[in-house]
Amino acid sequence: MAGRYEHFVHGADIGVRGIGPTVEEAFVQAARALTAVMVDPDRVTPREPVAIAASAPDLETLLVDWLNALLFETATRHMLFGRFAVRIAGDRLEATAWGEPIDPLRHQPAVEVKGATMTELAVRRLPDGSWLAQCVVDV
Amino acid sequence: MDTSRLVRVDEATWKLEPEGAMRVPAIIYGTEELVREMDEKVLEQTRNVACLPGIVKAAYALPDAHWGYGFPIGGVAAFDADAGGVVSAGGVGFDISCGVRTVTTGLDRSEVAPVVEKLADALYAAVPVGLGRTGQIRLSDAELDAMLEGGARWAVAMGWGDPADLERIEEKGRMAGADPSAVSKKAKERQRAEMGTLGSGNHYLEIQVVDRILDPEAAAVYGLVEDQVVITIHCGSRGLGHQIGTEFLREMAIAAQRYGIVLPDRELACAPLRSELGQRYLGAMRAAINCALANREIIDHLARGVLRRMFPQAKMALLFDVSHNTCKLERHRIDGEEKELFVHRKGATRAFGPGHPDVPEPLRKVGQPVLIGGSMGTGSWVLAGAPTSEEKSFASAVHGAGRAMSRHEATRQYRGDQIVAELRERGVVVRAPSMRGVAEEAPAAYKDVDAVVLAAERAGLARRVAYLRPIVCIKG
Repeated sequence: MAGRYEHFVHGADIGVRGIGPTVEEAFVQAARALTAVMVDPDRVTPREPVAIAASAPDLETLLVDWLNALLFETATRHMLFGRFAVRIAGDRLEATAWGEPIDPLRHQPAVEVKGATMTELAVRRLPDGSWLAQCVVDV
Repeated sequence: MDTSRLVRVDEATWKLEPEGAMRVPAIIYGTEELVREMDEKVLEQTRNVACLPGIVKAAYALPDAHWGYGFPIGGVAAFDADAGGVVSAGGVGFDISCGVRTVTTGLDRSEVAPVVEKLADALYAAVPVGLGRTGQIRLSDAELDAMLEGGARWAVAMGWGDPADLERIEEKGRMAGADPSAVSKKAKERQRAEMGTLGSGNHYLEIQVVDRILDPEAAAVYGLVEDQVVITIHCGSRGLGHQIGTEFLREMAIAAQRYGIVLPDRELACAPLRSELGQRYLGAMRAAINCALANREIIDHLARGVLRRMFPQAKMALLFDVSHNTCKLERHRIDGEEKELFVHRKGATRAFGPGHPDVPEPLRKVGQPVLIGGSMGTGSWVLAGAPTSEEKSFASAVHGAGRAMSRHEATRQYRGDQIVAELRERGVVVRAPSMRGVAEEAPAAYKDVDAVVLAAERAGLARRVAYLRPIVCIKG
């Protein structure tokens, strides 16, 4: 089963949701959902890899940390990311995000995401055995 | 929101008496229509805020309140450090000290109208907007710290602003008690190239016309004349504030247990005012307030440069600069006794009434200007703090229209280029880097700002002074 992502409605903000066969794939899809708030992830050429590491007391906090780490890289490197690889071992995440510098004309980025929040935050197994990873992001 | 559980106190005031773990009542301000349109979550979140340690008098939701994270957006709550009170990163928000400033220009609509397209192009070229655009300014570590200490005063000293502005900015342009050492390296890194940038989403730079004056006396004191052109800027503390919000929300959520605080919702993350974490957050949050004040001063400076070149006859002066995501130590009277309280305003504007000593002397007799941003194309309001605002809401009023439709729904219903064309028909010239961004900010995606300000007036928070109609809108 391939992973997928979607957005859900939350008042003034947006919820990002990743679903996949493993918790790692759910995190990858949540990251794609995050990029999709700003730009279509398929329009981002994954040519430059950036290494990201995070650790947290629980998987849910780890999801927030992962998304916030991506936002930090977006803000400081002025890059967008479209492809991701995630490994989770215990309370630690190690990942690579591939992307390219933001080109305002070509990417036409919509709203800038300010931060991932703990609202509607969940990382859990669904009845069909797949994993869901979601939270609301502040825009 | 189901109003059956609320007691209607007057035309625009609704109250939920304490129940369960609530320490104080929850009070919702708004007309029946606005309160009914509010999400149920607004009441739930206001009730949750009413459960926090050291809260004083009541937890408030204002007429533009909507579902936030932890605290509602459009929420006010004051805490007493002597009573075990707390400070909450979620009670301030991610965009710390996001706010609005309005500048009078002395120009008449007829002087600007013939060159409005050229003016829009020049402003769009001068002010960096949108994701991935950086400013001309790069700050060293020492300069970043000086900015975080000095706020708009720092910007003025660097030559990016008019010294006369400082009297017309909350805290006279510099928030005291800022602690740059409490701001992480990451937060500073995010800001290094972002000074003087507008950001995106609902942030904007507009050229507006004073369309209607409802209170001639206050308008005269504020220097507002019908058909006069003004500049209005809505933005905040950029990446630095977002990073501080992110980091402290996480740290407070994890630390709450250690402080013995039972949170009805993890997002209510807070720390005792008298704790190392609480004090560190206050130091960082105040530094972010200075960042926002400096940022608005610089953007204003860039915009005024454009107007000065195009209209050498312009006489520009700051009307006022307000912040609507803050926590500030203020003196308020509780049961006849004056107390020092930490007032959280998340999506709420301070609104001191007439005679308040913190309102600049020339404006004092009519009360503090309260600047309310509308949606793209629907204009802004200038209000004045009401004499009753102190008693009603720790001197607070609304901050904007608030969204009525999700971004996804807006892009489903509207196309950016159509919105731009329709607004042009209505006399608003839009410049924006992203047509999807424009569709997400479609005027119809927002609540009716006129209804929100009318409700604020009826609730006794602020009174309407003037309506400002945009003619140029620069969007991020």
